[in-house]
Amino acid sequence: MSTPTQPTREYLAAPVHKDGAVAWLRKNLFSSWFNSVLTVLTMLALLYTIPPLIKWAFIDSVWNTSAEVCRDIDGACWSIIPRNIKFILLGFFPEGQEWRPILAMILLLGLVIYSKERHRWKKALLWYWLVGLIVMGTLMYGGVFGMPVVETGQWSGLPLTMMLSFFGMVCAYPLGVVLALGRRSKMPAIRTLCVVYIEMIRGVPLISLLFMSSIMFPLFLPDGMTIDKVLRAQVAIILFTAAYIAEVVRGGLQAMPKGQYEAADSLGLNYRQTMRLIILPQALKIVIPPTVGILLSAFKDTSLVVIIALYDVLKTTKVTLQNPNWTGYSTEAYIFLAVLYFIFCYAMSSYSRRLERELHTGH
Amino acid sequence: MTMDKNTAAYCSDPTAPPIIEIRNMHKWYGDFHVLSDINLKVKRCEKIVICGPSGSGKSTMIRCINRLEEHQQGQIIVNGTELTRDIKNIETVRAEVGMVFQHFNLFPHLTIMENLTLGPIWVRKTPKKQAEEAAMMYLEKVHIAEQAHKFPGQLSGGQQQRVAIARSLCMAPEVMLFDEPTSALDPEMIKEVLDVMVDLASEGMTMLVVTHEMGFAEKVADRVIFMDDGQIVEENTPHEFFRNPQHERSKLFLSQIL
Repeated sequence: MSTPTQPTREYLAAPVHKDGAVAWLRKNLFSSWFNSVLTVLTMLALLYTIPPLIKWAFIDSVWNTSAEVCRDIDGACWSIIPRNIKFILLGFFPEGQEWRPILAMILLLGLVIYSKERHRWKKALLWYWLVGLIVMGTLMYGGVFGMPVVETGQWSGLPLTMMLSFFGMVCAYPLGVVLALGRRSKMPAIRTLCVVYIEMIRGVPLISLLFMSSIMFPLFLPDGMTIDKVLRAQVAIILFTAAYIAEVVRGGLQAMPKGQYEAADSLGLNYRQTMRLIILPQALKIVIPPTVGILLSAFKDTSLVVIIALYDVLKTTKVTLQNPNWTGYSTEAYIFLAVLYFIFCYAMSSYSRRLERELHTGH
Repeated sequence: MTMDKNTAAYCSDPTAPPIIEIRNMHKWYGDFHVLSDINLKVKRCEKIVICGPSGSGKSTMIRCINRLEEHQQGQIIVNGTELTRDIKNIETVRAEVGMVFQHFNLFPHLTIMENLTLGPIWVRKTPKKQAEEAAMMYLEKVHIAEQAHKFPGQLSGGQQQRVAIARSLCMAPEVMLFDEPTSALDPEMIKEVLDVMVDLASEGMTMLVVTHEMGFAEKVADRVIFMDDGQIVEENTPHEFFRNPQHERSKLFLSQIL
């Protein structure tokens, strides 16, 4: 009997990567004649646009001069920003009190940054926020410690944008989750109420809601009773955003496998425990990407408050441009504004991606 | 109840009422009569294997016992509590009845340890530390203690099913229901799960198992129940059932699977 021969298996070396610049170019830019044409056309387009843009923005530009100097140059007049920065960012906040909204904004940003880390999500954090919010409110409104009262009508610029969008998101999110749960409730009254609410709000534009809050709503109030205009706009934003969040969250709830509910039921968990411990943590995680989309548009939509005569940061920029000295430099001003919005939006979306990564528990 | 469940006295107490009693139970899905006139008494520590062709209502029946499915007629009494619309009764029964599913249904966002301690902490109000110690004990019992801090997605199917068994055991249930616990597993993983179930049976746990693992039935079951078309067709000892089935339908079924 012969010993069985070991089956021989050939082990191939892993293919050698032929990298290098030329190989890379061939593979990625000139892999076919069509791609080559596209590459050349793109290069030409870039060549025609980028150098003049750099020349305009950086070489021929001025950064901190009077409006007169700007008339004589071909480049960008960035001077419009530093020369008007106070009005663009803080609007009509009274002279000499500027430190108050600045401090409030720093406090808000600080708290947001502090709250980013998940290991800090404890009860103490809620207390920090409570204290922080009271301090912020006091700083903005004043009336104590010798700080003159600043009516909400004078709150404007970046603090107003930040406040409307921050509280808009923070309040709309839980409200949206509750609406989503309500829409899936077994109780017909609650379900109908939530469906009607969600569909009604989603059926109208935010602008009309803001109009209603500022013009129609006061008509229904008894004589002499008024509710603050900023607060009304804030509520309109919250109600509007919540309806959209509700639908996204409902999608997440529907994506949950039935087995998760059954496993929770079979352990004897009640409805609230099941939702809080099992279903919502998973469902909300699934819908992080669309939720962030909604929060981002909510952030940008706060600029619509201009139609009820609130001066958010977009409106203060526009007002600056109406100053005869500075008309004509709208490109520069809007680029600045775009960068400002972009920083906030990018921070939000990259944080959401990090959160998704951290919450991933699969393989 | 202070008596230790593992003692022979607990199991053989002649005055003890049946731990599960189902009387004239019917269930419909719309017009479809899924379960018709089910009568079943389960004694303490009894091991019952339920088999039958697919669609015969065997899973539906055991899912009625912890009200994952609602019955429309008749009575189900579990450990002295009748299942009605009353949500408090349902939650009481569910805490006393452990359930193992075909697809494990672990909570993927929680670690193995958190999966196990969730029920004890939130339903039984056990202090966290104590719940974790108990969980560790059960994990050792199902030979998986070293995985306690992983997530379910990082475990094999057989390991996940053993975790699912341990999760139910952490609630110290009176009864364990198994709904085709090995049907979703690769062949080499079936044995590790069945071994755990055999151990559990030898410790005196009351078990109702829906399965097609006839070897397991023969080894462990006190009674085999054969269901077809929503009815209990035959009840017998495993020995008799496999060698000498009484009904045509049981004979046909056995000839197809053995």
